[in-house]
This record gives sequence, structure tokens and C-alpha cells, in this order.
Amino acid sequence: MIKITDLHKSFDGNRVLRGISLEIKKGEVIALIGRSGGGKSVLLKHVSGLMKPDRGSVFIDGKDVATLKGRGLMALRDRLGFLFQGGALFDSMTVYENVAFPLEEKTNWDHERIRERVLLELERVGLSGAEEKYPSQISGGMVKRAALARALVMDPEIMLFDEPTTGLDPIIGHAILNLIHSCHRRFSFTGIIVTHEIPKIFEIVDRVALIHEGVVLIEGTPEEFISSTEPMVKAFLGEPMEEAGGESG
Amino acid sequence: MLGVRKLGEGTLEYVGQMGAMGMFLLRSVLYTLSPPLKFLRVLKQIRFIGFQSMVVILLTGSFSGMVLGFQGYYSLSRFGSDAFLGPMVGLALIKELGPVITALMVTGRAGSAIAAEIGVMRISEQIDALELMGLNPYRYLIVPNLLAGLICLPLLTAVFDVVGIFGGYMIGVKLLGVSGGTYFAEMANYVEMQDVMEGIYKSLSFGVIIVWVSCFKGYFTGIFSGYGAEGVSKATTQAVVLSSVLVLVWDYFMTSLLF
Ligand SMILES: Nc1ncnc2c1ncn2[C@@H]1O[C@H](COP(=O)(O)OP(=O)(O)O)[C@@H](O)[C@H]1O
Ligand SMILES: [Mg+2]
Repeated sequence: MIKITDLHKSFDGNRVLRGISLEIKKGEVIALIGRSGGGKSVLLKHVSGLMKPDRGSVFIDGKDVATLKGRGLMALRDRLGFLFQGGALFDSMTVYENVAFPLEEKTNWDHERIRERVLLELERVGLSGAEEKYPSQISGGMVKRAALARALVMDPEIMLFDEPTTGLDPIIGHAILNLIHSCHRRFSFTGIIVTHEIPKIFEIVDRVALIHEGVVLIEGTPEEFISSTEPMVKAFLGEPMEEAGGESG
Repeated sequence: MLGVRKLGEGTLEYVGQMGAMGMFLLRSVLYTLSPPLKFLRVLKQIRFIGFQSMVVILLTGSFSGMVLGFQGYYSLSRFGSDAFLGPMVGLALIKELGPVITALMVTGRAGSAIAAEIGVMRISEQIDALELMGLNPYRYLIVPNLLAGLICLPLLTAVFDVVGIFGGYMIGVKLLGVSGGTYFAEMANYVEMQDVMEGIYKSLSFGVIIVWVSCFKGYFTGIFSGYGAEGVSKATTQAVVLSSVLVLVWDYFMTSLLF
């Protein structure tokens, strides 16, 4: 469904992506891990068409995202949900208005139906009661959850999550991952999750890809990943480099 | 050699930014002319640019008029023609000071805030989020400001002019003893419709300039200025400086064309 081939991107000589190739099948969820500043957010922005590659392409259902314009781009974006690293809630709107916004702008539902849907979505992310708060008045974890509700409210076919749990305490972080997992069971989106949640993430994704120095260093199922002998993988699993310790990981 | 290269790079960046500014204006105008219009957002921006600038305009308008009353009286009474105080104050305000000072005040109050608000939306990825929802950021952020600027600037200028003329009256007539009947009668004699129109044309174009520059600087925060909070503060400063300069330069061209 999503096919990334030999993607390159530089910023002023800073070679961030140096030939990323990756394929994600329909309904599959893949975890993207790698060092901070390694270009994971940049990669998601290419998949969503917010950035254009220097070389290589991203295909979604066979269509090159970078060449889409007007109607075609609109059609892709209607199928796409994006959770930004910082949430990107509109700070002139309340939590309720933020989540209702895509429904109000993109559907012709009446007020009652929108209200029901938004309240349901807010309840799912555990934000009942915070509807009338502004983003500046709530905690980082609540911002992330509100953003998650906004991203999921349109039942997107493709979901891109940029560090949904970074900066949150482990309890809320795991709750968010479980939420993503239950959403996936509910309407089976195709997903990419950028995350540092190891090993928790292995429970909810089908595959894992490690991005290092601008390329996909290794990619496979969580089991393959855990049993890999690649030193970078071991470093990510938090194991001591030589003796693969039993109690860690 | 390095100097030449720096100069070349600087020039290219400058030309590139001019081109981007032109494209930005063109797009904004196209989206303004084509439906759908976000009507509520237009009202909100009218409130922000227009209504919330009223106090500043009332203050600066009345003091400008009062100063004109003093200065005009002292100059005119030397030639024994203080009867012409009314037309002098009226013409100065309607043709020149009203549109220009209003524009500079709105730049400082609303232009800077618009640049900062849009700049923050850019760096916190709110503009990307809009785009990803398949919504056009121009329609939500730029068009309402452009329309509000076009509607508010002439109105604010009119308020400035009226308050200023009254300020001149207070000083010239009530304080310095010019005849009240003369003040207004001579003003009505000498101020033509054409003068009023000149003021309106100017204020309309200033409205476009202020919104254009402020929105542009905010929208491209991180591209033509640095990223992060520093980028927003740079964008805001640049918006105020550039739109003030453009207002004064454009005022010169308008005056010389319409003279
Ligand atoms: N719009 C941009 N302009 C210039 N450089 C950028 C831009 N976006 C990202 N970068 C650079 O790309 C690199 C990768 O960033 P990012 O994708 O955010 O990393 P991460 O893997 O932590 O998400 C960083 O060095 C960052 O400075
Ligand atoms: Mg990132």
C-alpha cells in the first residue's frame, strides 16, 4: 500500500535521508525507530506529501505522492491521519473545537452527530471533561491525546504517528499505545509509528524498521528484530554490547 | 572574491524573496476572489484589526489634529490667513496624515500580532496540520486578514480624520479664537471629493500592504528567517519594519500619481 523507494533528502548539505526503501502492506503497522535527528519526522512528512524528495519516491496505492496535485492530493489527504510530534493543536480553539474541526470542515454532518462523535472520541482518549480547555491550559500528555483524537476522528485508512508517547510518563504512554492498538483493531488502518518505546511497541506492531544514517539498517518482525545480532539493534534494545543480558530488554 | 560571492548570494536570496512575496500576494488575491469564504473568520479579523485598534486611532487622531491646530494657526496667522485653518487641517488629515498614521498604527498593533500568530502556527506545525486535513491554509489564515484589512483601514482612517478635524477645531477655535463657522465653512469650500477619494485609495492600498507583508513574514517563518522562537521574533520585527517602509514608499508613489 505504501512503498518508499530510494528516498533522498538533504537540507543545505545536511544529508538526512540517503536512500530509504520500505514497503508497508495494507492493514499493517510498522514501528520506525532510530536516533533523534535521524530523519524519522522528515520521512513521515514525505509520506504525507508535506515535503518533496530530492530523489526517489513514495508511492501510495501506486501513485507517486510528490507528483499529486489538487484533487488527487486532496483525495490522499482525506484518507490520511497524522499525529504530529508536538500535537499541532490549533491554539485558538478549545479541545472540543479542535477535534470537531475536521468533521465540520470535511463532512456535512449536523451538529448533533458531530457532537456525539467528538465526545465519543474524547472519551476514548480519556479526555472527557477537558472539552472546553484550550491547548495552553492542559498538560503535554493531554495535548497528545487530544491530537490523537483529532487524527482518528475521520477514521483514516493510513495513520502516521510521530512519537505519540515521547515526553509522557510511562503510564500515559502505554495507555496511548494501547489506544492506538485498539483503534487498529477497530478499523484496521495502515500505520507507521515513530517511537522510542522499546520493548512495549513490539506488542502492537507487525514489523520494525531501524533507521540509521539515512537508510533502513534493518527491518523485520519484532521477533527477528529482537534476535538480531546487529550492534545498533542491540544498542536500541538496551542490551550490553558483548554479553546479551537476560534481565534487560 | 568572497565579498563578490556574498553579494551575489545576498542578491539572489533577495530576488527570491521578492518573487515569493509576489506569488504569495497573487495566491491570496485568487483565493479571496474564489469561494468558499470563511465568513466567521473574516468577522473575527475585522474585530481584531478594526475594533481593537479604535482606542489607538482615537488617541493618535485627536493629538495629530490638535498639533495641526497649533502649527497651522501659527503659520497661517503670520500671513493673516488664519481663516484657512479649517481647510489646512482637513486637507492634511484627509489626504496624508490620516491614511499614513493609521496604517503605521495598525502595522504596530495588528500587523505584528498577525505575523507572530501565523509564525507560531508555522513552527508548531499547525499550518502543516491544516494542509494535511486537506484544507487550504490561505483560506483560513490569509484571506480573512486580507478582507479585514481592506474593510478596516478605510474605516479607521475615516475615524482618525474626523477625530483629528475635531481636535484641530478644539485648538484653533476654542483655544486660539478662530471663528467656528469659518473653520468648517472654509473646509467645506476647499476640500473636494477627489481629496477624500485619494485618502480612501491610499488607505485601501495600505490595508493590502500591511496584511500582505505581515502574513507573508509569518507564513514563511523558518524559511526566510530562522526557525523556532527566534524565527518568530525575527519574522515579527521584519513584518513591522518592511510594512512601515512599504507604506511610506507607496504613499509617495500614490501622492505623485494622484497629485
Ligand atoms: N524543514 C527543515 N529544514 C531544515 N532542516 C530540517 C528540516 N526538517 C528537519 N531538518 C533536519 O533534518 C534532520 C532530521 O530531523 P527529524 O526528521 O526531525 O529527526 P527525527 O528522527 O528526530 O524525527 C535534523 O538534523 C533536522 O535539523
Ligand atoms: Mg522527529
